[in-house]
Amino acid sequence: MEDIEHIPKEIQLVDANGRRLDGRALDELRPIKIEAGVLKRADGSAYMEWGGNRVLAAVYGPREAHPRHLQNPSRALVQCRYNMAPFSVSDRKRPGPDRRSVEISKVTSEAFSAVVFTEYFPRTSVDVFIEVLQADAGTRCAGITAASVALADAGIPMRDLVVACASGKIAGQVALDLNKEEDNFGDADCPVAIVPRTGEIVLLQMDGHLTEDEFDRAMRLSMDAGKRLYEMQKDALRRRYAVSALDQEALGAGVTA
Amino acid sequence: MDRSERQRQVVIPGDLIETHGLKPGEGTYVDGGKVYAAQLGIRSEQGGFVDVIPLGGRYIPRAGDEVIGQVEDMGPSHWLIDINAPYPAPLHATESPWRVEFGETSQYLAIGDAVVVKVLQVDETKRVQVTMRDRGLHRLTGGQIVEVSPSKVPRVIGKGGSMITTIKNYTKCQAFVGQNGRIWLDGAMEDLVHASRAIRMIEEHAQALGLTETVKAYLEGAYGHTGA
Repeated sequence: MEDIEHIPKEIQLVDANGRRLDGRALDELRPIKIEAGVLKRADGSAYMEWGGNRVLAAVYGPREAHPRHLQNPSRALVQCRYNMAPFSVSDRKRPGPDRRSVEISKVTSEAFSAVVFTEYFPRTSVDVFIEVLQADAGTRCAGITAASVALADAGIPMRDLVVACASGKIAGQVALDLNKEEDNFGDADCPVAIVPRTGEIVLLQMDGHLTEDEFDRAMRLSMDAGKRLYEMQKDALRRRYAVSALDQEALGAGVTA
Repeated sequence: MDRSERQRQVVIPGDLIETHGLKPGEGTYVDGGKVYAAQLGIRSEQGGFVDVIPLGGRYIPRAGDEVIGQVEDMGPSHWLIDINAPYPAPLHATESPWRVEFGETSQYLAIGDAVVVKVLQVDETKRVQVTMRDRGLHRLTGGQIVEVSPSKVPRVIGKGGSMITTIKNYTKCQAFVGQNGRIWLDGAMEDLVHASRAIRMIEEHAQALGLTETVKAYLEGAYGHTGA
């Protein structure tokens, strides 16, 4: 961050028409693409493109939790690893876990623990791997959104999918889904993960400052975007399994045969 | 199976499920008096319940399942069997078909041996016990084991065992399909190749139309006759 501190903050993030640097409106998401079941070895997987972000999520399990002392005799663990590829950012990222990725891994696993039926699989662990191949702000949200598709793809029982989206403040205005420039030169960034069916919040973080009123507006933007993301997630999963449903009926053999 | 039951619909975790007055069954959960899908799968109605039949996921042992396991470890009076589940499955010496003296377990089963075992019981903390004291449960000698996703086992077996019988008839292989997705095959080398290729086909095209016909066509092509 030091290298950008000296740049005067006169970059104009929002123009007179309320358009942003990339031409989006304040309540507009970046282009999003989700694909489920992209990896063969993992029990479940998903690939997501969210603006400039490229994220791969893989899920294994439930499987025996290792090391043994981590096992919980009454429920499953949801273990998560968020990792950024060295080539994901413009300067080479030093590989390996750092303060930031350890934190994101922790909050992500806590978000998923809230929806997975962990009580169904005592003593096991559900392992979620999020690999950021290319980063452009909002990778934790992209990671959570992709990983929740991967969890569903892995057949993990859960209450609902989780969607995550950030909103923040740029040039004094509340805006949805900040990109790299907006994140760097903006005033605040507030990622939130939601369980869409109930509206529960399973992750909420904030970098910068928002007034109570601005925060409320940001929340509303994120909640609203969450619904759109939810449809995209479901669509990705349906596309993966659409054929099967049709053909199983045509076959008449039935999956329970 | 009437028409309404044949209607299959893919559901995603969190989807509201129409119960039509039926009780919520497997793969579902109830919240605020409404039924939701707990798993990605296909909605199905059976015996007064609405279930979600999973389309993927790991093998979760249930009492009575016959599975193919591999000896992982052993103690003086038990073997530890890997049954492709998230849980280790101990096979106690008293549940084996032999009279095993204390400390003599290695004389009967060695690490790496494949066995057909039955899940004896699974308690609420998912502690699994397996047995070999039943008909058809034995140590596997010869042959090879192929693995498929446990959710595709019903497809490999086919309706009333039609699929696996077709494969057996054509290839003259012996075969056993474990509920955990492990399939044991034995026969001549060439037949084994055809049999395992047929199983791969089922796995890859578990969704395809007329799967039995496709597999039959493949086997017919391979053997140039119409089976036994």
